[in-house]
Amino acid sequence: MLSKKEKKLIKEIWERLTPVAADIGSDALLRMFASYPGTKTYFSHLDISPGSAHLCSHGKKIVLAIAEGAKDISQLTVTLAPLQTLHAYQLRIDPTNFKLLSHCMLVTLACYLGSEFTPVAHAAMDKFLSAFAAVLSEKYR
Amino acid sequence: MVEWTDAERTAISTLWSNIDVGEIGPQALSRLLVVFPWTQRYFSTFGDLSTPAAIAANPKVAQHGKTVMGGLEIAVKNMDNIKNAYAKLSVMHSDKLHVDPDNFRVLAECITVVVAAKFGPSVFTAGFQEAWQKFLAVVVSALGRQYH
Repeated sequence: MLSKKEKKLIKEIWERLTPVAADIGSDALLRMFASYPGTKTYFSHLDISPGSAHLCSHGKKIVLAIAEGAKDISQLTVTLAPLQTLHAYQLRIDPTNFKLLSHCMLVTLACYLGSEFTPVAHAAMDKFLSAFAAVLSEKYR
Repeated sequence: MVEWTDAERTAISTLWSNIDVGEIGPQALSRLLVVFPWTQRYFSTFGDLSTPAAIAANPKVAQHGKTVMGGLEIAVKNMDNIKNAYAKLSVMHSDKLHVDPDNFRVLAECITVVVAAKFGPSVFTAGFQEAWQKFLAVVVSALGRQYH
């Protein structure tokens, strides 16, 4: 459950990171590919080497979607409806992988925000990303 | 036995040599108690854990964080035999402390986030993260190994 304070904090953080969405997104993806090689199997059609155009644009896409969801967390199911359909019927990414990316996103945030990524911010972000992933997988079955 | 590449050994020793257990340990443990509040069940004798500020200022949390983080030294010194090196500690956590072994995994996550925040993206690269997480995963597995 996210409190009003937590929702505000999450919204603020993602607003600030929107201008560097490509950096944040590609960093998190690279970390995921390095620590969890199985995740690379979903990207055989792209060049996901460090610094590649595909990696940057894909990372940017993901972060912008997360930031959009953060703008009004109470409306996550509405905001994510098209992405729900995409993931359930086309991409069909095993939802376990959402946890792996969420973890790497938290590490990326810690790296970039340093001491600003307080335990309170970490708790809020972990809850938000879990909720995001849960909504994303709602149409799977 | 776990196979370590030279790059992984280098990453782990580089990180470890720059980690102050008295600094990282308390931060990791207080983060665990804030982010995963149900873990407080093991610390009913620690006093005030009612708010993140109270947890951060709690001397028992700090001392225990230092102790736990210091326990990683065993793994660093026994990289090729981590499972056996932790056998006694594993038995203790199971039979005496009755700690759910899933908590080891969750604490490892908190340690990783604190280390990442400390070192930043240019030191804590994707490659270093991979080695560090693999290292912690082996420790986590070893600590749960003697449960029965």
